[in-house]
Amino acid sequence: MPLVWIPTQFQRFTGGKSQVQAEGATVREVIESLEAAYPGIRERLCEEGRVRPEIAVAVDSEITTEGMRARVGPESEVTFLPAIAGG
Amino acid sequence: MSKVHVQTKINGEEVEFLCEPRQSLLEVLRETLGFTGTKEGCNDGNCGACSAIVDGALVNSCLMLAVEAQGKEITTVEGLAGPEGLHPLQRKFLEHASLQCGICTPGFLVASKALLDQNPNPTEHQVRHWLAGNLCRCTGYDKIVRAVLDAAQTLRAGA
Amino acid sequence: MTTTNGANYKVIGTRPIRHDGTDKVVGRAVYGGDVRLPGMLYGQVLRSPHAHARIRRIDTSKAAALPGVRAVVTAGDLPAVADKRMDLGEGVVSLKYLRDNILASDKAVYKGQPVAGVAAVDLHTAEEALALIVVEYEVLPPVVEVRQAMKEGAPLLHETLTTKELGEDTKKKSNVASHLRHVLGDLAAGFAGAAVVVEREFNTATVHQGYIEPQNATAMWSLDGQLTIWTSTQGAFTARDQVAAVLDHPVSKIKVVPQEIGGGFGGKIPVYLEPVAALLSRKSGHPVKLIMTRSDVFQSTGPTPGSYVRVKMGVDQSGKLVAAEAYMAFEAGGFPGAEIGAGAMCVFSCYDVPNAQVDVYDVVVNKPKSAPYRAPCAPQAAFAVEAVVDELAEKLGQDPIDFRLKNAAKEGTRRVDGVVFPRIGCAETLQALKDHPNYKIPLGPNQGRGVAIGYWFNIGFKSSVSASVNEDGTVNLVEGSTDIGGSRASIAMQFAEVLGLAAEDINPAVVDTNSIGYTDVTGGSRVTYATGWAAYEAAQDVKAQMILRAAVLWEVPADQVEFSEGSFIHKGSDKKLSFKELAAKLDDTGGPVVGKGNVKPNSGVGGSFAANIVDVEVDPETGKVQVLRFTVAQDAGKAIHPSYVEGQMQGGSVQGIGWALNEEYYYTERGEMANASYLDYRIPTSLDLPMIDTVIVEVPNPGHPFGVRGVGEAPIVPPMAAVANAIYGATGARLNELPMRPDRVVAALQAQAAH
Repeated sequence: MPLVWIPTQFQRFTGGKSQVQAEGATVREVIESLEAAYPGIRERLCEEGRVRPEIAVAVDSEITTEGMRARVGPESEVTFLPAIAGG
Repeated sequence: MSKVHVQTKINGEEVEFLCEPRQSLLEVLRETLGFTGTKEGCNDGNCGACSAIVDGALVNSCLMLAVEAQGKEITTVEGLAGPEGLHPLQRKFLEHASLQCGICTPGFLVASKALLDQNPNPTEHQVRHWLAGNLCRCTGYDKIVRAVLDAAQTLRAGA
Repeated sequence: MTTTNGANYKVIGTRPIRHDGTDKVVGRAVYGGDVRLPGMLYGQVLRSPHAHARIRRIDTSKAAALPGVRAVVTAGDLPAVADKRMDLGEGVVSLKYLRDNILASDKAVYKGQPVAGVAAVDLHTAEEALALIVVEYEVLPPVVEVRQAMKEGAPLLHETLTTKELGEDTKKKSNVASHLRHVLGDLAAGFAGAAVVVEREFNTATVHQGYIEPQNATAMWSLDGQLTIWTSTQGAFTARDQVAAVLDHPVSKIKVVPQEIGGGFGGKIPVYLEPVAALLSRKSGHPVKLIMTRSDVFQSTGPTPGSYVRVKMGVDQSGKLVAAEAYMAFEAGGFPGAEIGAGAMCVFSCYDVPNAQVDVYDVVVNKPKSAPYRAPCAPQAAFAVEAVVDELAEKLGQDPIDFRLKNAAKEGTRRVDGVVFPRIGCAETLQALKDHPNYKIPLGPNQGRGVAIGYWFNIGFKSSVSASVNEDGTVNLVEGSTDIGGSRASIAMQFAEVLGLAAEDINPAVVDTNSIGYTDVTGGSRVTYATGWAAYEAAQDVKAQMILRAAVLWEVPADQVEFSEGSFIHKGSDKKLSFKELAAKLDDTGGPVVGKGNVKPNSGVGGSFAANIVDVEVDPETGKVQVLRFTVAQDAGKAIHPSYVEGQMQGGSVQGIGWALNEEYYYTERGEMANASYLDYRIPTSLDLPMIDTVIVEVPNPGHPFGVRGVGEAPIVPPMAAVANAIYGATGARLNELPMRPDRVVAALQAQAAH
């Protein structure tokens, strides 16, 4: 079961927990399983069926460019981060 | 504003142009004569990107009026290379990777030529002091100074 | 992804002359300011003289009537569109804020904000016309310091701005546009277990990227609606997208033709003049060129945020970091958008700290809207952290490099944002400094030595490349990454390496947005990595096609042909053709060979660590700090063209030295920059500096075919802290405010003497 790191700002949905177990083979499925356990969190992470542009998703510490489609393994870690660029 | 007729010599060739009294030499070089190799970085004499040699003296062409060019001999970056090819300074800048964005490079080449015309064997400190009027933001000056010292050596050896 | 074996590279690691070099040293290269078009008009922009004001009325009638003036535009000439949030590849922006920063509508929120544009037959006439534009302002009190702006009761810059937390609207009206927090482990428990704790506050002033070439744009709006823009930009495609958004014009009808660019460092990612030039062109029916004055560049482009940073760190008795906390408030300028996420990610990234918390704030103030400056927000963070680390090391009696080595981040270290580091070169970079002879040079009176390390994560993003094989075996390599520092050479070299060609056999060209696939900005330390990777893919594509062609030529099955050591070989016979020989025969085998590579690397972007040793001598009477020696070590993964890697290291270091010692926006109480010229905004000159000694460390990035790590940004992260630590070594005084000007050094020495 993938391990999900919950951004501090959204830990109010998970009762203060910073890491939670989730289910799913894609980021979309993981988010759905989070929503089932912690209602309201999906709206913080997604809009119009995509990850919010302010948020980046890392699977096993690699920022993925595949958004909701990104594959997640049974032992994977999923982290939600602020999306950032550079100069 | 009526224009003034100026006759001058640029990079060894006779050139004449009309200009307004308020136009700088930099503006006329770039806009009227098409010598866009000389660059504008600040237009107030602080960055050296507009460096030109006028009657043997290194000047910021943004601080000189075009009408003052009457009867003078001007060298710009376009006049450094000759029939035999690139000037040693130009070659050394390329070999040493002394340019990154390249916008300050014409100014540095002209300023360095003015230095070596006057002092063919400068120390590192003398090079740095002479070139302190030319700003570069990309390179940190290390490779520029090395290229100038290397070119000086090449020129002294008669290459 | 397996990195190819680096031991036998023929081209990579060599130092060929850059392909655009001759044009640049003879003055023939065309930069944006050199563009000339028939019938071209010259424009200029009127800017707000007030730091904070409501705009009541703009009367352009007298300016429009001046002989020689062909068009005048204001925000009223922008098409009316509803505000929306846009993702332009560098974060989410509000369309209203983007447009207001091009031409102000209802308010000016910084001195220098554009208010109107004029196009005339020559520049002098355009400047005269500006003086004839009448603007009625209602002046408001400005706020120009980040903590002042955060206070309850501070003047609000934007009535509708509310604080967002990772995209969630808290509905609280404030100058704080955004707040992010990262938490790792248990901070309280961590500090409880600390033997030594140091907590310090730091302030940094606004500084500018300082590129020597001012912003420029030439636009031609044709009667068929086709808009062409010639500009010096770090991203032709992102410029196109910004222009499309601001003008509500289809992307398909905008072509951006990037010119050579005279420096950027992040500051030429946003557009400023392009939409104004476009509007003036549409109104006048002529091409219009706009170039910023130097004063405009300082006051009306995007300097980096000033900041207030508070850092607290604790170590156990053995010198192992146990807890780290950072509070960082960044000045976004007149509109939100400082890169606070990057600062939050990088602040503790050089260290393995099990318990940490970072709070970062994006705060609007009445200064120009900030733009990225080379590793944005990381240098400010490092200035603080590396000073605290230095103090901790000293209190424990440990060598500053050894202390950092003991705590260095490594593969498997979890950062405060939750991400685990892959293979990185932090420890190797520190070790390179420790082993350097400069670390052992004895110091004299009033001299001191400082060390510091910094990190930048680097980005991947999209790049496209197209490669056409010429009959003589050379290759035309077409790409979309504008070249600020020699990148077209390093891209060509990566292509050449795959096919066993020489760098000189490749003709790289940077082309316009109609001529190549989407390519993201030249920034984020991405070009050698990502566009280089696209070139690698294009070379593989060419190789595969040419294998098929050899098979056709030899009338054998394709799986019997392979490419090795620069030649195509038929396995099982002695048939062999070099690349050049086969290239001459392509026409017989099916016509042209054109390869493509387009990448959006999904993984494997490698971060880079840069570290410094700085030796200074401080004059105790004047406070002048002379840099005696400067050493920078950096992990480049694999240096494709070492001269240009060294160049990035040296250039970034010197920008850091300027930031440390001299550079600042000096603000009056009315929120006006008092030193908007190169005379008084003092960047380093050749006379201020010694040679910059470089050490390229290579810990290959497993996520790139040649192991490349971007190097452009990390070098600017550690220098200010290294210089501060060196000043401490020379004087016993720790300066915590940038710049560390002579008067501040003297004041610190006097304060010390008084105790």
